[in-house]
Amino acid sequence: MFDWLQHFADWLIYSVFGIGAETHLGTALNFFVFDTLKILILLFFIVFIMGIVNAYFPIERLKDYLNKKKLYGLEYFFASVFGAITPFCSCSSVPLFIGFVQGGIPLGVTFAFLITSPLVNEVAVAMFLGMFGIKATLIYAFSGILLGSVGGWLLGKLKLEHLLSDWVKEILENKMQQAAYQDEKRSFRDRLPEISRGAWDIVKGVLLYVIIGIAIGAAMHGYVPENFFNQYLGGGQWWTVPLAVLVAVPMYANAAGIVPVIQVFVAKGVPLGTAIAFMMATVGLSIPEATLLKKVMSLKLIAIFFGVVTLCIIISGYLFNLIL
Amino acid sequence: MAINKEVAMSKTIKILGTGCPKCQSLTGVVKDVVSENNIDATIEKVEDIMEIMKYNVMTTPALVIDDVITIKGRVPSKEEVLALLN
Repeated sequence: MFDWLQHFADWLIYSVFGIGAETHLGTALNFFVFDTLKILILLFFIVFIMGIVNAYFPIERLKDYLNKKKLYGLEYFFASVFGAITPFCSCSSVPLFIGFVQGGIPLGVTFAFLITSPLVNEVAVAMFLGMFGIKATLIYAFSGILLGSVGGWLLGKLKLEHLLSDWVKEILENKMQQAAYQDEKRSFRDRLPEISRGAWDIVKGVLLYVIIGIAIGAAMHGYVPENFFNQYLGGGQWWTVPLAVLVAVPMYANAAGIVPVIQVFVAKGVPLGTAIAFMMATVGLSIPEATLLKKVMSLKLIAIFFGVVTLCIIISGYLFNLIL
Repeated sequence: MAINKEVAMSKTIKILGTGCPKCQSLTGVVKDVVSENNIDATIEKVEDIMEIMKYNVMTTPALVIDDVITIKGRVPSKEEVLALLN
């Protein structure tokens, strides 16, 4: 699929710049050009497709669906899937949270959405597809959705409503009148330019992170000795997964920047499961997100939320290492 | 006559958003449209989350013109904002 791109990278580096294919610099530059372009193309297409999906299933409609249908326990799974397909902007997490509980959706189901939304996002999926291939991407997306469902269900069972902020509790009690959802009236064709502009904006927004991430990855490829991490992280010691996750939770890294680095870790001997767990903890939980959530819930609830999700990520890390 | 019409046309624009990059770019677009076309309007940024929730929006940024939500969750083009203001 990307053969033509490899030809282009070969031509650019080896012929135009005249840097030999046998030199270290030549292969590193070739790798850099090829990977950067490939990822940007994938990213644009995935964001574009997500934009189309989202134009047809706006968040208000998904909320109505979760609210009105009897789903017999599957609502956690659906909320999690919806979280995966809706584009996520961290500053929307609070309005989304309020909108869900206000609409009468149980707290646990709301959490299922809130866990998966940053975890499986279009940038992470595009980066994974570009760096690890389709199989690893499917595993990542599917396990992210599963993790959101299980985490949301667990949090729902814990009955944590009393730990919400007072003004949120008030909203819950009063069940404020909901504005009816209005369907977008413009035709698909009218919206297409806006969707592609949105996709382009996202690509522009992460461009720098992609370049830096791939540059660091390319440099590490050359200088970190083969099997370097095997000695420390790859030996299957039981504590490697929790350690990777605990280091990653407070970190806030853009998925675009972190995946190329993780790819090197995997190439040099870190098990894929440990790497996926690290990735999930980095994009799924972060200090900035906790700060935002502080407005709608008590610190105790944030701690329980983070604790449950961290635990789920650690468990899934072990599972991946067993099956992969 | 002309003056009366202008008073009636004065609009109140509110931008709802907690201060993310998208909210800032929406503010920029609206300010540009208002000044480039000499539109008589006041622009107000609503950053308090409790205030934002009164408008029942789930995705920010949102554009409110004379208390009607016109756009939510995305940044419109200048042409679109101009059409909404006229």
